[in-house]
Amino acid sequence: MKELEYPFNVEEIMKHKKQIRKELLLKENLIEKNIAILGGSTTSEIKNMLEIFLLNYGIKPKFYESEYNQYYEDAMFGNEELDSFNPDIIYIHTTNRNIMNYPTLYDDEKTVKKLLDTEYKKFEKMWNNLFGKFNATIIQNNFEYPYYRLLGNKDASDIHGKVNFITRLNQKFYDYANEHKNFFINDINYVSSCYGLDKWANQFYWHMYKYAMEVPAIPYLSFNIANIIKSIYGKNKKAFVLDLDNTLWGGIVGDDGVENLDIGPEVPNGQVYSEFQNYLKDHKSLGVILNVNSKNEYENAIAGLNHPSGTLRPDDFIIIKANWNPKNINIKDISEELNLGADSFVFVDDNPAERKIVQTYVEGIATPEIDVPENYIQIIDRNRYFEVTNFSEEDLKKNELYKDNAKRSQMMATFDNYDDYLKSLKMKAEITSFKPIYLERISQLSNKSNQFNLTTKRYSLADIEEVNEDDSYIKLYGKLEDIFGDNGVISVVIGKIKEEDELHIDLWIMSCRVLKRNMEFAMMDKLVEKAKERGIKTIYGYYYPTFKNKMVKDFYQTQGFEEISCDDDGNKIYQFKIDENYKNKNNVIEVNE
Amino acid sequence: MSREEVFERLNKVFQDIFDDDSIVVNEETTSADIEDWDSLEHINLVVAIEQEFNMKFNMNEVTTMKNVGEMVSIILSRIN
Repeated sequence: MKELEYPFNVEEIMKHKKQIRKELLLKENLIEKNIAILGGSTTSEIKNMLEIFLLNYGIKPKFYESEYNQYYEDAMFGNEELDSFNPDIIYIHTTNRNIMNYPTLYDDEKTVKKLLDTEYKKFEKMWNNLFGKFNATIIQNNFEYPYYRLLGNKDASDIHGKVNFITRLNQKFYDYANEHKNFFINDINYVSSCYGLDKWANQFYWHMYKYAMEVPAIPYLSFNIANIIKSIYGKNKKAFVLDLDNTLWGGIVGDDGVENLDIGPEVPNGQVYSEFQNYLKDHKSLGVILNVNSKNEYENAIAGLNHPSGTLRPDDFIIIKANWNPKNINIKDISEELNLGADSFVFVDDNPAERKIVQTYVEGIATPEIDVPENYIQIIDRNRYFEVTNFSEEDLKKNELYKDNAKRSQMMATFDNYDDYLKSLKMKAEITSFKPIYLERISQLSNKSNQFNLTTKRYSLADIEEVNEDDSYIKLYGKLEDIFGDNGVISVVIGKIKEEDELHIDLWIMSCRVLKRNMEFAMMDKLVEKAKERGIKTIYGYYYPTFKNKMVKDFYQTQGFEEISCDDDGNKIYQFKIDENYKNKNNVIEVNE
Repeated sequence: MSREEVFERLNKVFQDIFDDDSIVVNEETTSADIEDWDSLEHINLVVAIEQEFNMKFNMNEVTTMKNVGEMVSIILSRIN
């Protein structure tokens, strides 16, 4: 919903939140999550706003909200309501109002250190306690700066200053975050400084209602929390689709000629575009895919991208569409070629009319309302399309992977027989039980896969860790490499053993970048092998249709399963009786454990 | 701006905040008259009114206001 993207109109959102909520609740395929808000100040409006932003991301939250300032009691001693609520996410909303003891000017460094430790330990105990009790992800505010400085500028550097104390306390929080994968910092220190600390800390709201920030700042706070949560559940965007003229450089390459484009250090406008190109290029290391969608002659587009002062090169893009097609048509093509839903694209174009067309015809795509070039970065960045939570090795290599895929398509064109082509790829797979180093990637894959996904069940890292430790599951991951490169972990199957000899498949997913490589058959072969070892006689498969997973609606039939039931919504159950003489289905991939 | 005009614009804010087109506020209206008007919604109402009339209430005003009539008087004193 456009209203809920940055820059937003706070007034409108706050005034119409009830209507907005009603409208968003009509969305289909919302995933439900339990979110516990443990507050050190009033949280009511934070919760309301968070709900709206999450619904907008396709997440339907159910909330537990602690009584006023009961965050510590709830976390340490629990209560029945919270225990039975069993949260997926625990958000701890504390602010500098919850710091109990600051140093006084009489304290020596040893005493200050002790104070610091006491404040920190209280939180650490709380987090450890929550982790011990719940299989949940914790989101913890850091501390915002105080709204006055007794020592003035010295408050920052002197051990007696509040600014100094808060900075040191924050650092301790970050150390904990770096050591715990299911723990994320909600950086209110940054958000409050973007918003303006004087306004943020409007004391009227504290003394009147015990809100630790002014109420009109709350949408910014809640948006920030929602971005962390949507990233955890795999709802980040995945690719940029970029216009060229007046978006990546100043001027029109076809009219003005390459030599007259504004890019590079000579003029202010050129500097702005250089910074913007650098900003986009940096996204490659996050695994964000860059593409071009421009109304241009192809040669001109390439010439512009080869401008000596530019930092982006034709090579940095996976797909370059430079033609005179309507932009929404190009986006459809890019989506098909990349095998990525267009709703995971961010379309950047300086022309509002183009944005409008794309917005109208491509459902779910983001079209940030960029205005003048010097604001491009800020507007895109504040929308947090690519919020980083679980960053995996895969992300660093993502662009290469897509490049390799493009090469494979070229090679395919030279073979008459598809099997010959597959054999020529010399594929090698590693299929075996979960290993700790891949758990993060496995969770990520479960959250990102929409098309080749039989049940669309999502697993947070904590969920995957639980499965990994539970012996009643057969859990396999598959890695695939070929002559063009390593695809990494691209398939996961999780089955639960019940009644001794039944295996029920909770999750079967595969990344679309290895479609039609017979990897699904190699996974099946291994699954049968592992099932046999555990004395399983029957495997049960489940297919729950969504509007994205039609691709696998006949998957279990293809694997030799029999349909045993189908309800009105098309949810199907299949069974597969394991034959003693089961013959492997895959003969093109070499499989190792 | 006249008192009537303030009432008219204020009424729209009330309808938006409580998501109820049937609300009509008058001089005597208090939180007891509107079902959803609790202390939490009160904050949102105050913020929305401040934004509508581009003015700010101070703490003392918010704590002593008795009904919508008094609220309108404060708004009028601030914007005229």
